Amino acid sequence: MLRRIYAIFHARNLEFVRDRSSLSWNIVLPVALMFGLSFIFGGGTPPEYTVGVLQSGDTVDPGSHPFLRTRHVQFVPFTDLDEGVTKVARHQLDLLVRLQPPARYWVNPESPRGYFIESALLRSSLQTQGSRQIEKAQISGTAVRYIDWVLPGILGMNMMFSCLFGVGYVVVRYRKNGFLKRLRATPLRSFEFVAAQVASRLTLIIAITAFVYTGTSWFLDTRMEGNYGTLVLITVLGAISLISLGLVVAARVTSEELAGGLLNLVTWPMMMLSGVWFSLEGTGEWVQRSAEVFPLTHILEAARAVMIDGAVLGDVLPQIGILVAMSMLFLTVAALIFRWRPR
Amino acid sequence: MPTVLEARELVKQYPGVLAVDHVSFSVEEGTCFGLLGPNGAGKTTTVEIIEGIIPPDSGQILYCGEPTGRRFREEAGIQFQNTALQDFLTVRETIQLFQSLYDRKADIRRVIEECSLGDLLDRDNRKLSGGQRQRLLLAVALVNRPRLVFLDEPTTGLDPQARRNFWDLVKRIRAEGTTLVLTTHYMDEAHVLCDEIAIMDAGRIIAQGRPDALLQHQYRNVVIELPVDDISGDLSGIEHRVLDNRGVIEIATNDVNTTLKSLATHVTGLNRMKIRQPNLEDLFLDLTGHSLRT
Repeated sequence: MLRRIYAIFHARNLEFVRDRSSLSWNIVLPVALMFGLSFIFGGGTPPEYTVGVLQSGDTVDPGSHPFLRTRHVQFVPFTDLDEGVTKVARHQLDLLVRLQPPARYWVNPESPRGYFIESALLRSSLQTQGSRQIEKAQISGTAVRYIDWVLPGILGMNMMFSCLFGVGYVVVRYRKNGFLKRLRATPLRSFEFVAAQVASRLTLIIAITAFVYTGTSWFLDTRMEGNYGTLVLITVLGAISLISLGLVVAARVTSEELAGGLLNLVTWPMMMLSGVWFSLEGTGEWVQRSAEVFPLTHILEAARAVMIDGAVLGDVLPQIGILVAMSMLFLTVAALIFRWRPR
Repeated sequence: MPTVLEARELVKQYPGVLAVDHVSFSVEEGTCFGLLGPNGAGKTTTVEIIEGIIPPDSGQILYCGEPTGRRFREEAGIQFQNTALQDFLTVRETIQLFQSLYDRKADIRRVIEECSLGDLLDRDNRKLSGGQRQRLLLAVALVNRPRLVFLDEPTTGLDPQARRNFWDLVKRIRAEGTTLVLTTHYMDEAHVLCDEIAIMDAGRIIAQGRPDALLQHQYRNVVIELPVDDISGDLSGIEHRVLDNRGVIEIATNDVNTTLKSLATHVTGLNRMKIRQPNLEDLFLDLTGHSLRT
């Protein structure tokens, strides 16, 4: 028995090691993941409190007021009062403060963290030489629950895996087993094949996403402030962009292991950087800029704007424009480099 | 008869191997043209170049006098040597899928009847036997009412009965006026089905013509076959060749009586002797020094 087990074990190891392309990705992916996580989370322990500072500049100067030197607090500059007030109302900011005259702060009395950071603000204001009374404004509003915030992320992540792996693997399998070659011998063009794959997966993913959303929304009473038509449009365009990206990855690959490695190399950074599980607000500028190359980042930004902030179509046009442009680029590249048969 | 297909000086080079070495031939309408040769001779590469699957390094392919293009794709039917079909689709759905890719359409019921698929229409592709699968692949090659059909090693892996059945099917297709290009390493298949053959080895055509004409041109004799085990003496005085893979010796002769008399003292018995006409395998062996069957 051991002999037989070893024979298969040995043969499988030989197969793995000799497939140089997939072997290299099995090494490259963990290393890339390690560097990627260091890049995202390398900034030290996250602060306990988040305070918005209403000001004209985009950097907060700790030397300008004692409160801004309070420890365990992240100070985020805001130029738009309405935006800051909305975040306080939803408990996304613990407090919003304007330290220049007329000094004022906005706090949600239902926020426990707002209560404690307000105390710190008032204490430091008393310490200021020649201090004046800082005016208080109370903002009411219900917290955005984590489930309200994360639901678009989970749906987006599911869509990402389905679109990338569901299309990418299938195309690679077709190429490997000769089915693509059989299609090549017909009048079918590359673009027609690609368009059919997009349409097929799109139909499936829309149906599944709608089903999961409906069920989740019914059971958990999740938030939906905006318009369903806009949300459907974002979902459709987002799915097309992800499917198209999957086609680019699969356009020339023959090995299923290599396809898996490449798809993981695309999906893992997207999962970490596109705001699926946590907001990138407050992370480094390079992290936030890197996230903008991923379709999922723009899908989730637009979806959350509609579902949580009640954004209308005009408000999410930039994200929609980016998704359309990405889709056209990916589809064009996929059709141009598409290989019907293994090398 | 008009020429339907013409290949001119096709060349295809892969790293370390010249797979197709200046191959040229033409195929007349309504005939069956065979490319005969062992595995690795370049038959499939040549045909896939013509089919447009592989680009040639040089050379030209003409279909009805014009470079191959959309008209060729519409009017050609192809059965590949190795190809998968979509899992979870039935035979009927597979035929319908491929027919929907063409503007030209055959009568599907007739195609199904010709390929004897009537009882299999609702069967999943994954559950077809080898012979059934080959019949389905042939049906897929016929859905567009093709003028020209390519059959790449269509009976490889089939049992003798299934092979004979497939030959009958091919003969019926040819009888309807369809032009066929057949690649095979079975000399009996080439002899039975083809009006003209080109024998390929190492990427080159080494002989071309009608099978009987090629044999008549090359041979005026018959072949005596004896199992090696029946040889008891030294045959150095008799011109012969040993086929190790089949365990026989072959002696070509135009005087059977004299040869048998010479053999009588060198064999343990003649009960297992065979006398036959030379065939294409003999021709290939004489031209190349090695057998069609590896």
